Amino acid sequence: MIEITDQPIQVQSCMDAVQSERAGAVDVFIGTVRNHNKNKEVIRLEFEAFDAMAVKKMKELAEEASRRWPVEKIAIVHRKGILEIGDIAVVIAVATPHRKDAFDACRWVIDTLKEVVPIWKKEMYENGEEWLEAHP
Amino acid sequence: MELTIHLYGITRDIIGGSKKSVQLPEGARVQDLLEQIRKDYPSLAELKSLLVAVNEEYAEADVVLTERDEVALIPPVSGG
Repeated sequence: MIEITDQPIQVQSCMDAVQSERAGAVDVFIGTVRNHNKNKEVIRLEFEAFDAMAVKKMKELAEEASRRWPVEKIAIVHRKGILEIGDIAVVIAVATPHRKDAFDACRWVIDTLKEVVPIWKKEMYENGEEWLEAHP
Repeated sequence: MELTIHLYGITRDIIGGSKKSVQLPEGARVQDLLEQIRKDYPSLAELKSLLVAVNEEYAEADVVLTERDEVALIPPVSGG
């Protein structure tokens, strides 16, 4: 299950997607929208994605994670559009035989997703907005 | 040749709109596109980075472009 969606992400469906009788561990990372960043009060976020390339890159992350760790199944789902405080922006679920690999693979996937997948986050404040990471 | 460049994030705000037509000589490379577009929109130089994707893959500076390619500007990503 690798997708970009403009609908609320259902965590349970991500967990169901990685269900495996060979797995003794499922690690789930849930990225949520927080109400502040660098001392600014955030009122909502907007995510924009280059959908086709983002899905392609997310599939490559899943393949690379499966080369590095004994991954049974993996789900990566990222939301786009307008999100309110507390909404789920991204879910990564990784099933492996043992827990250490699930933690390690899940962490690597979210860290690498943030570096390479073409998705952009705009924070909106009371008095303005800003694309994150754009400027030094 | 005329290339249609797909724009995302802050590059959409800087250039205006989700697509931009750019005239380039035949055989132009990714670096030529970047030079041209930075000349037209100097504030692109203020970005932390600016990459080009060709056919949904990050492209090196020396990749040759054609009108059939799907080309996109990729400003610093910030998903997750």
